[in-house]
Amino acid sequence: MRVYLGIVFLLFMTTGHSRTIIAGQGQAIASLKKAVGLAKDGDTILLKNGTYREGNVLITRSITLIGEANTILDGENKHELLTISGRNITIKKIQLQNAGYSALNDFAAIKIIDAFAITLESNTILNSYFAIHVSNTTYCTIRNNTISGNPSTEQLTGNGIHLWKSSHALIENNHIQGHRDGIYFEFVTESVIQKNLSEKNIRYGLHFMFSHNDHYLGNTFKNNGAGVAVMYSKNVRMEQNHFEENWGPSAYGILLKEITDSHISNNTFLKNTVGIYMEGSSRMEIQKNAFRNNGWALKVQASCDDNNFFNNNFHGNSFDVATNGTMVLNKFYNNYWDKYEGYDINKDGIGDIPYHPVSMYAMIVEQNPNTLILMRSFMVSLLDKAEKAIPSLTPENLLDDKPVMKPNKL
Amino acid sequence: MLKLSRYVLYDILRSRVIITYTLFLFIVSMSLFQLEENDSKAILSLLNIVLIVVPLIGMIFTTIHYYNSYEFIELMLSQPLSRTRILMSEYGGVALSLLSAFFIGVGVPVLLFAFDETGLALLFTGGALTLVFTSIAFLASVKARDKARGIGAALLLWFYFALIFDGLVLLILFAFSDYPMEKFTLVLSALNPIDLGRIFIMLKMDISALMGYTGALYKDFFGSNTGILFTGGIMLLWIVLPLWWALKVFRRKDL
Repeated sequence: MRVYLGIVFLLFMTTGHSRTIIAGQGQAIASLKKAVGLAKDGDTILLKNGTYREGNVLITRSITLIGEANTILDGENKHELLTISGRNITIKKIQLQNAGYSALNDFAAIKIIDAFAITLESNTILNSYFAIHVSNTTYCTIRNNTISGNPSTEQLTGNGIHLWKSSHALIENNHIQGHRDGIYFEFVTESVIQKNLSEKNIRYGLHFMFSHNDHYLGNTFKNNGAGVAVMYSKNVRMEQNHFEENWGPSAYGILLKEITDSHISNNTFLKNTVGIYMEGSSRMEIQKNAFRNNGWALKVQASCDDNNFFNNNFHGNSFDVATNGTMVLNKFYNNYWDKYEGYDINKDGIGDIPYHPVSMYAMIVEQNPNTLILMRSFMVSLLDKAEKAIPSLTPENLLDDKPVMKPNKL
Repeated sequence: MLKLSRYVLYDILRSRVIITYTLFLFIVSMSLFQLEENDSKAILSLLNIVLIVVPLIGMIFTTIHYYNSYEFIELMLSQPLSRTRILMSEYGGVALSLLSAFFIGVGVPVLLFAFDETGLALLFTGGALTLVFTSIAFLASVKARDKARGIGAALLLWFYFALIFDGLVLLILFAFSDYPMEKFTLVLSALNPIDLGRIFIMLKMDISALMGYTGALYKDFFGSNTGILFTGGIMLLWIVLPLWWALKVFRRKDL
């Protein structure tokens, strides 16, 4: 209730000081450019239905731009559409399409530079080079937008939502597809990405680097060329996300490179070539995740240390864990492994003998990927059994000494 | 020829081995589907049965049957019948009974519990392997002089296809790991019907892992229509060539 009162109060405040400019085809003010030129701080521009081909429009004053059901800004494949640089600007319900491609400039349907408190809501962006490009901006909210690109090659396609050197951003409920990277973060801190669907992008569904203290919640990353890549960041929380069907020679549910002090919990990894790939990562807590039907659930390289994997469930993965060395500085405990063959005599729900998640064959494949052709062969299962009896190749210390007998409740 | 095949079939049914085999397959498949919590795990266990047990039983049964009906074959040879026809009707009878045992024993439970792409691939592979190993067993028994040698040869061949071959592949892949071996492995897989069947099923089952590094190549090849034709064609060759060779030997054999 208080929120509604607040909104009503705010509306009252704004209407007290501002006017609404109605612009559009058939109106007194026929073009968006003209309307923007007339508007003062706090004004609202209502842009009527119609297709506007006005090239680049620069917005610097604190205005709200609202479209109707069929308000279309068209860049004719050569212009950047909206450039925003200011405070308290809102863009709502507008369809932007055909923003131009340039090898020199990062043309975008909406570009935000050096701004504060920008809201982009319920817009549709089609067939653009970059869709939303944000740099050096604080408190930017991007919500309920639909972004769809027309991917050709990595070089000719930009990112869906691109943020650079920003903080306190909120990216929520967007649907992004067909771009290079669905969501791209570089030097972005204190931000939240939640409930987005990022799919069919030709590189990463989500790609972020040097972005600390961020929170990723309830997103779905599906069928992207290379899954999700998270690099060189600290204090990242990733919770309740779905990583699905990221298939390919170098596709990962999540690729973690040099990530420290972060949490990955309650996520679902379904049918990825590799669920989580970790390299040079430290002090991570990976808990309560479900790994189902992945090629490799985890690939933990020997360069990772001090990570804890606990209370996860592993079901139907071709390989549970693979690694590239014998050095093990990570801990596994209380996970559920469907391939566990141990027993529980004292009935405390915890298996009495440790589980070795790295199989002999996983090591062989790691050394010589061609041997993948022998998967599920009788020969291979014999080798695995022999290795279990007398371990020689597999890292002896990589084990779950308290595997649970029944799947963890997630 | 059909008439002769019918006699062979009656003979086989009378011995009850086939009925036991059917029951065995049926009970194992049913209990696997009942015991495992999810069907894909049951399919995985069934895969081992299809790749190991089906060829073994096929080989042993065919060889023993051939030697047991040796006198019947001799009797038939005294009739105005061509040798090709006699051997072909023997093959027809044996293959038909083994095939029906497989389709009742494994096919019915699979159709009941796991009627999807993987299940169908499993049935296709099982059926093809039955035919392949029946014809290899015919070749072994026609070539061998007595029963002991025949069964010995059949067992050795099974051992080679089921186990030794994969060991050799592993050895070759490691010995030549510095070279691009992707295409060559495809050729290698064609040299063993069990491997070919395994890859065919695996493509449906472990598709995510196969999408990794080199796996993508296998997936592109075996997953495409050409790949399916290739698998089918090579399987057909594995059925036809040993049988054709067996016929050639049988026609000239001094019985």
